[in-house]
Amino acid sequence: MEQKVILEAPFTNEKIKSLKAGDMVYISGTIYTGRDAAHKRLFKMIEAGEEMPFDFEGQAIYYAGPCPAKPGKPIGSVGPTTAGRMDAYSPLLIEHGLKVMIGKGSRSEEVVEALKKHTGVYFAAIGGAAALMARCVESAEVIAFEELGTEAIRKLKVNQLPVIVAIDSNGNDSYEIGRKRYEIKP
Amino acid sequence: MREIDAQDIAQLVETLCIEACCVLPNDIQNKFKSSLQTEQSPLGREILGTLIENATIAKEERNPICQDTGMTVVFVTMGQDVHITGGYIEDAINEGVRNGYTKGYLRKSVVSDPIERSNTGDNTPAIIHYEIVPGSDFHIVVAPKGFGSENKSGLKMLMPSDGIEGIKKFVFDTISAAGGNPCPPIIVGVGIGGTMERAAYLSKKALLLPVDHVNKNDTLANLEEQLLTEINQLGIGPAGFGGTTTALAVNILTNATHIAGLPVSVNIGCHATRHAEGKL
Repeated sequence: MEQKVILEAPFTNEKIKSLKAGDMVYISGTIYTGRDAAHKRLFKMIEAGEEMPFDFEGQAIYYAGPCPAKPGKPIGSVGPTTAGRMDAYSPLLIEHGLKVMIGKGSRSEEVVEALKKHTGVYFAAIGGAAALMARCVESAEVIAFEELGTEAIRKLKVNQLPVIVAIDSNGNDSYEIGRKRYEIKP
Repeated sequence: MREIDAQDIAQLVETLCIEACCVLPNDIQNKFKSSLQTEQSPLGREILGTLIENATIAKEERNPICQDTGMTVVFVTMGQDVHITGGYIEDAINEGVRNGYTKGYLRKSVVSDPIERSNTGDNTPAIIHYEIVPGSDFHIVVAPKGFGSENKSGLKMLMPSDGIEGIKKFVFDTISAAGGNPCPPIIVGVGIGGTMERAAYLSKKALLLPVDHVNKNDTLANLEEQLLTEINQLGIGPAGFGGTTTALAVNILTNATHIAGLPVSVNIGCHATRHAEGKL
């Protein structure tokens, strides 16, 4: 691979537009974890007009529920979970300023449309490479929904978290592109 | 009659939970390395390299390979001449899971009720399968199962006339629809025959076979090879970003079945199809 592209949060439209499906990049700075249960709550809170636990503007949500931290470590193993389960909630979050999602696996047409309309990007982290990714986390702090345990929202400070641009702001999908390139039709 | 203390079972299960989650079986690691030589996609090779590095870090640091340390599936093979003393075997196994997941800093991913969904906080209860065999051996396999891959598994009651072609089509369609979601390169367990639940059980048990296992039945060995070749032509590739390594293995287990039926179950294992075994 060529020179490392390092992205710092918060994410501006300009930065996001420069990303192309299939690029490998590294994220540094602050990101937030959130998965199934947290998304359900955030969605209901937006609908009810309540204040969010953090300002979405230009931010990233990492679909991850980490393992408990060992003594002296900020976090346990922390890889991505399947993003498709968040599809029902994501368009509304994107509409409210969320710019970046990090997960694994394909997304719905509605999510792709929301990324195009609001200039967002969906990154994939490598599913299962969770011990390696824990090394990229410098600090972790639960900021909301503590009672959800691993599903609570955590504020993470990460250093060069490796991700791949899965769906860029033009709607190009690297899962589809990559699969077509190597598919051998019978 | 041989006596086994329930506490010894709990202790063994505790150790196996931690080992299974942190140490990737050698056969899978070796397959990663050989796939690195054959994978055609540069990004695919990069991802395989990352998975090898991840497994090394996990083992060295005694950290879980994947944060989804699964629902704990336990296979008990017990001789009929064994007598468990000092407690109920099911409680002992769950105590082992509770202690293993707490002491090993493993993630607790189990909810007590599928509708109400509140986390039990200790990853119990485990899913326990028992097989009673002749003799007095006691053997346990702990196989934590992540749900990224479990969610993409499937079962179909085919008609006998669907035959081998029908089986191939169902397996192929299930893997194709799963795409990059179940964390490829995957391991494919297939259960054919029996009743509905027996086919499902066999497909899970097939995931415990080594990835380089060759079926003793020629027809099935041939079917496994054909399926593996065709799955790897789907183009899904490592992590789903395209490539020639979509599955590491296809393993099939079969059972006698009814004159009217052909049940087929496909259980997908991710690249971290973890399991550890021990004896008492």
